[in-house]
Amino acid sequence: MARWLLFIPLILFIGLGVFLYQGLSIDPTELPSALINKPFPDFKISDLKQPDKQLTKTNFVGKPVLVNVWATWCPSCREEHQQLLKMAQEHKIDIIGLNYKDDRDLALQWLQTLGDPYKFVIYDKDGMLGLDLGVYGAPETYVLDAQGIVKYRHVGVVTEQDWQKLQGMING
Amino acid sequence: MAKSAYKIGISLIFGLLLSFCSCSVLAAIDTYQFKDAEKQARFQKLTNELRCPKCQNQNLADSNAEIAADLRAKIHLMLEQDKSDQDIINYMLERYGDFVLYQPRLSKQTFLLWYAPALLLLFGIVAIGLIVHLRTKGEQKQSDNPSTDLDAEQQQKLAQLLQSKK
Repeated sequence: MARWLLFIPLILFIGLGVFLYQGLSIDPTELPSALINKPFPDFKISDLKQPDKQLTKTNFVGKPVLVNVWATWCPSCREEHQQLLKMAQEHKIDIIGLNYKDDRDLALQWLQTLGDPYKFVIYDKDGMLGLDLGVYGAPETYVLDAQGIVKYRHVGVVTEQDWQKLQGMING
Repeated sequence: MAKSAYKIGISLIFGLLLSFCSCSVLAAIDTYQFKDAEKQARFQKLTNELRCPKCQNQNLADSNAEIAADLRAKIHLMLEQDKSDQDIINYMLERYGDFVLYQPRLSKQTFLLWYAPALLLLFGIVAIGLIVHLRTKGEQKQSDNPSTDLDAEQQQKLAQLLQSKK
């Protein structure tokens, strides 16, 4: 039998090793959004700060925006809030809030005490827009292009590092 | 001695039975009312087959996550609206992607998952066939002519050696 055939098991082992090693660095909690490169779902929901005002997609389509899903019952959202305020102060992109399954009074109080980074806030009380968007836990942040197409979803707290990454995506 | 072994056996079986009971009790309790039993059964089937997007390895039926409760409510609503199972599955897929399916669909990314076992089996059969074929061929070769590996000069030398031994 040819000598080189004896190396087949070694080669198979190395191949399997490389394959499994790559698997170690995959984060199973990071799910790609099913909406990537698809339009943001249509909605008609009242504004958090002006209950009589109905918001729709036309309120933000036209330039790239970030849509940040948050709620007062979500501890990580509190953690993220400072970063959002900082991002808002940089005035690079409008941040739109999506208040997800929350209480209006509590949410307003939150914005009053912690500061308000949002251009406006969609008050998704029953979470129907969240459902259409495929939200599975706050906070989540979506990057939308000028046509209102979802380009990226970030799950979890946006850190300064993530913000740099998001900016690259917005400009690129 | 035999009696205590018997006791242990009984308690083991009893414990095992108990653990089976607890499985069904652990499942999230739903209070959804269905007009007919057929829809009830479909609800059970769907919530068992769809995965909760929030929790990594629980189906919708077992999960207590808020999103799972919402999705159960949505499935209930859609069933009452006489939507088909496929409609409901498509609804989930549009929002949460392939992750929600415990039974993955056949696609470019998953074809290996579906066909790898068959391919490996085929590979094994071919390998065994090849090995058996090569072996029998080698044996035949040896039995036909035991000294084919030797050329005329070597044959002569061999004969000489055999002669000198005598």
